[in-house]
Amino acid sequence: MKTVRIDAKGMHYTPLNQKIRAAVADGAEEIILDNVLGQRFIGDGLRGNVRIIINGVPGGDLGMFMSGPTCIVNGNAEHAPGNTMDSGMLVIHGSAGDAVAHSMRGGKVFVKNNIGYRGGIHMKQYEVEVRPVLVVGGTAHSFLGEYMAGGLVLVLGIGKEKAMTDRGIGSGIHGGEIIIRGEVDDYLLGLGAKKFKFTEADLERIAPIIKTFCEQFGYDPAEFLDTNYTRIGPASSRPFASKYVWE
Amino acid sequence: MTLGSVPPKFKVSIDRDQCMDCGRCIENCSYGVYRREGDKILIESRKCTACLRCVSMCPRDAINITEKPVDYRSHPVWTREAREDIINQARSGKIILSGMGNARDLPIIYDHLLLDACQVTNPSIDPLREPMELRTYIGKKPSKLKFKKTESGDVELDTKLAPNLKLNTPIMIGHMSFGAISLNSQLSMAKAVKEIGTFMGTGEGGLHKKLYPYQDNMIVQVASGRFGVNIDYLERGAAIEIKIGQGAKPGIGGHLPGEKVNEEVSKTRMIPLGSDAISPAPHHDIYSIEDLVQLIRSLKEATEWKKPVFVKIAAVHNVAPIAAGIARSSADAVVIDGFRGGTGAAPKVFRDHVGIPIEAAVASVDQKLREQGVRNEISIIASGGIRNSADLAKSIALGADAVYIGTAALISLGCRVCGNCYRNLCPWGIATQRPDLVSRLDPEAGAVQVSNLIRGWTLELSELMGAAGINSIESLRGNRDRLRGYMLDEGMLKILDVLPAGA
Repeated sequence: MKTVRIDAKGMHYTPLNQKIRAAVADGAEEIILDNVLGQRFIGDGLRGNVRIIINGVPGGDLGMFMSGPTCIVNGNAEHAPGNTMDSGMLVIHGSAGDAVAHSMRGGKVFVKNNIGYRGGIHMKQYEVEVRPVLVVGGTAHSFLGEYMAGGLVLVLGIGKEKAMTDRGIGSGIHGGEIIIRGEVDDYLLGLGAKKFKFTEADLERIAPIIKTFCEQFGYDPAEFLDTNYTRIGPASSRPFASKYVWE
Repeated sequence: MTLGSVPPKFKVSIDRDQCMDCGRCIENCSYGVYRREGDKILIESRKCTACLRCVSMCPRDAINITEKPVDYRSHPVWTREAREDIINQARSGKIILSGMGNARDLPIIYDHLLLDACQVTNPSIDPLREPMELRTYIGKKPSKLKFKKTESGDVELDTKLAPNLKLNTPIMIGHMSFGAISLNSQLSMAKAVKEIGTFMGTGEGGLHKKLYPYQDNMIVQVASGRFGVNIDYLERGAAIEIKIGQGAKPGIGGHLPGEKVNEEVSKTRMIPLGSDAISPAPHHDIYSIEDLVQLIRSLKEATEWKKPVFVKIAAVHNVAPIAAGIARSSADAVVIDGFRGGTGAAPKVFRDHVGIPIEAAVASVDQKLREQGVRNEISIIASGGIRNSADLAKSIALGADAVYIGTAALISLGCRVCGNCYRNLCPWGIATQRPDLVSRLDPEAGAVQVSNLIRGWTLELSELMGAAGINSIESLRGNRDRLRGYMLDEGMLKILDVLPAGA
């Protein structure tokens, strides 16, 4: 495997991304970035199958518009990792800021710990095979999956008494699903979101995702392979259809 | 229903002496006004929208349409519209939606601005004889140029120039998405802008494959729903526009109803067939000016700083400081959409009451940017209700670099501004996805009409400039001395920085 190592210490994001692009163009299969400290836009618009190991804390919009690569972050991530991402995978060995997986259309974002507000907001789905997935090991703040139009958000609540305690889950959701470990209080649901029973069939459907998530962080998947989840989906696929009347 | 019905909006009649019973009106009316019963064409006036398709296709000029055939008791406060809106909401309890731009009879500032011409003391320029420089560059301009000498003694530009769009005329076509309008409409406009050497916007509907041949003349839009946005889309565009707001509905998002999301629209927007396409009110990754900077830079970084990035905002009360913030945000152009800007659908109360006129907005933005010494950092594109070359010339004299036209371009394709764009029934094949209706618009013929319009305005602009003794668009830009206000109040004259007529 061709590996390229880049020391990002004190480097602005533009030259850093230029080096990453050059390495990818040069056939690198793995790129290791050391001393990353707040550089935004890492992997922005990047294509290919490269694996990028990020040692440090990347800045906002990690993997934005990304199409293919895998980024492993050994640290926390700033806001909006996976923003408008098309395909590929982000694995964050820590927590991430607000708007994680914003408008993501495909690919996977795995966050070991917690995420901020508006996680998975306006995630969307086009074809079945490119369903976007956001898995959060810990918990998430308000407006999780708001305006969601497709895909899957899964919150496992590891180490928490309750996986979700913040309000506004799935407000305006009109596609996709939010699956949360354990019970979810009714008052936490946003307008337009509805709880559904989590069935064996649902478990079968998400089991591969749970397994992949556990693989990344060394968890035993058996712990999570039961039906103790709450599934939240849209009350209607046309939440605004009855709001308007024509002139 | 105790309310009964409101009177029909239009009365359609056929002059039976003229009518040759060809049935073209029945074929052409997608609203179902006409039907044949026995040997007679019957009329259901209530369904008429005054799109005038039947009138324009009738070979005998036999059709007549009159507006408001039934009078209400006249009243200056309780207008027909006020009463009918109340009746509508009493029935439904809902938000009233409407199409096209602001329909209120408010004074139009353009109509109160007059252009200058040379007499005696300075000669006018004949554009037939003298070259008129209309070429316009949209994007950042350096505050100064540095040169260096090469070893061979040549002089070379040392300053790194930001990417700019090169326009042969300061007229572009604004963003109208595939979904809101048909592919044939977009194709017509795309062919026209390519031929003229200017640009058009994709709107927030993605870029259909059939438009790829015209991508060098397309500005791709990134709006809050991020529909159709991926790296391929961003790389195809000549420039990228972030839509923050729209003049027809400042401050709110958009909903493309599922009915309009057919297979092609679904593929291009990358959303499921028949699902509502909801653009939230804000971009949920932009909650501050710093976040806007981040989105702009993320787009530039994704496209390796090769493309200009525009930011489109609706003209609202504090438009000048907002634009000044945008000028410092790495954006290359700010698009200001006035309150007369059009739309496929907007809540009527927004369309008619929110935002400010483009004339005042452009003038105050240009003024503010000049005061702050950052006018060169950003181009200004004016849009929203630009109807003719005079509006264009006045916009530039008020400080715009170029304009976006929208409704005007649609009218050149056949639109009669009936305002029923949201119904998917546009009989002109413009605001519809119904294949039989879309096929009525031939992109080749449409392209000729759109380019004719732009060419006509360009010729008129040259003449207006020549008459004013100006041979370069740069000398007209922000040249308020070439404008005079007629019947404008002192406050407005001050905002526009224009003297009253006679002064």
